[in-house]
Amino acid sequence: MIAEFGLASLWLAASLAALQLVAAWLGQREGGETLARVVRPAAVVQALLCGLAFLMLLWVFARTDLSVLLVAENSHSEKPMIFKIAGAWGNHEGSMLLWVSIMALAGGLIALIEHRLPERTMLATLGAQAFVGLGFYAFLLFASNPFARLAVPPAEGNGLNPLLQDIGLAMHPPTLYMGYVGLSIAFSFAVGALLTRNVTPEFAKVMRPWILGAWIFLTLGITAGSYWAYYELGWGGWWFWDPVENASLMPWLAATALLHSASVLASRDALRTWTIMLGVIAFSMSMIGTFLVRSGILTSVHAFAVDPTRGSFILALLAINIGGALALFAVRAGTIAEGERFAPLSREGALVINNVALSAVLGIVLLGTLYPLITEAFGLRVSVGPPYFNPVSAVFVFPMLLVLAVGPLLRWRRDRFVRIKAPVVAIAGAGVAVLLVMWLIAGLALLPLLGVSLAAVVAVAAFLPLRGRSLRRLPLPVWGMAIAHFGVAVALFGMSVDTAFTAEKLTAAGVGDTIAVGPWQVRLSAVEPVAGPNWTALQGRLSASYEGGAEHLLTPQSRTFWAPPQTTSESALLTRWNGQLYTVVGGATEDGRWQLRLWWKPFVTFIWFGGALIALGGLLALIGRVTGDVRRRIATRKIAARHAEVAR
Amino acid sequence: MKGVRWSLWVLAAFAALVGLFALQLSRPKNDTVQSAMIGQAVPPFALDAAVPERPGLATADLADGTPHLLNVFASWCVPCAAEAPQLAALERQGAPIVAVAVRDRPEDLEVFFQRYGNPFSRVGKDDLSRVQFLIGSAGVPETFVVDGKGVIRHQHIGEIRPEDVPDLLRRLEEARG
Repeated sequence: MIAEFGLASLWLAASLAALQLVAAWLGQREGGETLARVVRPAAVVQALLCGLAFLMLLWVFARTDLSVLLVAENSHSEKPMIFKIAGAWGNHEGSMLLWVSIMALAGGLIALIEHRLPERTMLATLGAQAFVGLGFYAFLLFASNPFARLAVPPAEGNGLNPLLQDIGLAMHPPTLYMGYVGLSIAFSFAVGALLTRNVTPEFAKVMRPWILGAWIFLTLGITAGSYWAYYELGWGGWWFWDPVENASLMPWLAATALLHSASVLASRDALRTWTIMLGVIAFSMSMIGTFLVRSGILTSVHAFAVDPTRGSFILALLAINIGGALALFAVRAGTIAEGERFAPLSREGALVINNVALSAVLGIVLLGTLYPLITEAFGLRVSVGPPYFNPVSAVFVFPMLLVLAVGPLLRWRRDRFVRIKAPVVAIAGAGVAVLLVMWLIAGLALLPLLGVSLAAVVAVAAFLPLRGRSLRRLPLPVWGMAIAHFGVAVALFGMSVDTAFTAEKLTAAGVGDTIAVGPWQVRLSAVEPVAGPNWTALQGRLSASYEGGAEHLLTPQSRTFWAPPQTTSESALLTRWNGQLYTVVGGATEDGRWQLRLWWKPFVTFIWFGGALIALGGLLALIGRVTGDVRRRIATRKIAARHAEVAR
Repeated sequence: MKGVRWSLWVLAAFAALVGLFALQLSRPKNDTVQSAMIGQAVPPFALDAAVPERPGLATADLADGTPHLLNVFASWCVPCAAEAPQLAALERQGAPIVAVAVRDRPEDLEVFFQRYGNPFSRVGKDDLSRVQFLIGSAGVPETFVVDGKGVIRHQHIGEIRPEDVPDLLRRLEEARG
């Protein structure tokens, strides 16, 4: 019954989305005021119903109801409860339902609280939101029903991919979807603004918290995903330029550009058409990413739920939504009045360069990701890897970081170089000093060398905008900017130092052998069998000592899951402030020794600290913006109340 | 109207993208990479020796009338170490094995061979993965059955497990006939 209840809620939610779309459309016409009043309640009820459907799916997974096809395929009665629940979205159908649910909830939320824009624009926005939502409902109901039943339930489920039985990964898809959905809201706002020709700073202010929220979640999602790949796959790398990773990076790049251009629009009423365009592009990147991952047209190490029919469905949605928005843009862009003008040397000017550079990197990543598809269309099978992505994106990222260092020091509209000469000299000095030291002493390769120097430049520059201001009265968004920019420096430092100084040992060791890797001495003291809830493993006991200091115990495992049968290596990591010791144990060799892979990765953790700092900066900015909005709202209400009192 | 013109370009690019996606989707997807080179002659190449004690590898060495196993490997690859006993077993049973070492260093190879043995009569040095791509190999380890005329008959992707040994011997025998 629960599954049928869920399916019914989903159908009802879909029909409410249809109502929301039609009412928003007809409500724009003369005499449509009654219909227009239906739109907001429809959005709210749609959100409740869709949320209900998702709860029902969680319920069937929690009970391991094997008569539901999706549960039988992806779950197992002996899995730990947390992974049973996570199993609900660890598959194609469930994750699409999660996506639609978050999207409906976000739509319901704007319908409930957002009253700052003209009602016509809001109607168009909610209509666009319903339109996008309807596509996904159709996808779920016609091509990926999560509640489909089995006539004869099996005795036991298929289990969940053991690689996915990990708490970090359980949280990974929801995080990314929050990001994607936030961008879908930005998209709807952009379409609403285009339809009603209402591109104003107010529009950017309304849109901004959603972009910020999406951007925070995307940042966290990418950071967490990178850490997951790092410790779970056992390859010791943190970024592989894999299509799936690129699929999450591209929306982030677009969202970063959008965030900055929306700031310009909100503060200065410039970059109007460009912001709208980025709003469309950012969401299209989310959809292209989803398409690439789900359709299976690109071969990826972690592709799941690959099915060409689903691919066609997503492609159709992509073509309709994005194609429609771009066509609308082509028709309407000419009618949007030009925004405020600004001099090249100004805050706006720097942000334009930032936008161009981010878009260029986006183009590079997109091209590199699609390259195998393009060549395959001509009968070749070639893919490009780090040798393409690293230097080519660096060409744009490095100048962009220089602009990032200087931009926040500039004034809006027009500035003179003389005014910011002192801080620029300080920043440049820091960069050149680090560059020389690293070059002469450490003899780094070009990219890491530039990376470390730029990290120094950005780190110093991040806090310069705070100079001469009262730190206690500084608005939260400015703190957010400084911390996020500092996070970029921290992450860049981690990437460059790890690339330059990683020490690696791949060896076969007998019990009692000691291996040196970097400053570590690692002794294999035993290999023993251990058993978990749904796996057995061979566990190595390693004693590691840093520069002859105290011994630490590490226990990497080579795990064998039995449902489904699969072997994974569980790396063991030892974290110091200045890096991580990364150990993996493999199988036995013929002569009774054990394969060991050891890495000493200096400052590698800074990559993810940096990511977390960037997200924290975003969060501060978001809190600042939202509390500001709330305070303003309360103030207006008070004034209105006072007016009413006076009138009485 | 300037805005309109560049947005048309974006629209056109998007349409091309959708077209590309549709084209790829409409084709039957073939994930079995090996089919591409099966039945084809090994393209001409000549690789220098990767280690001093064994000669390098060229196309002519493969088309010498006897079938070979061609192993694509690297010392930095863990599954390659895992398949070493199986390669040794194949060699003991009379299979001629030649190898391409991908992106490797002589000193690392020496250590690898000391540890796991060297069942290869020839080891070519493929520093740019050029030959690897020529013969249609996507990763390490992979093992090809090449007949006496230098035509690829079979491709085994991933490490050779003990249960794969009889199959490879059988395919080698078939390549003889």
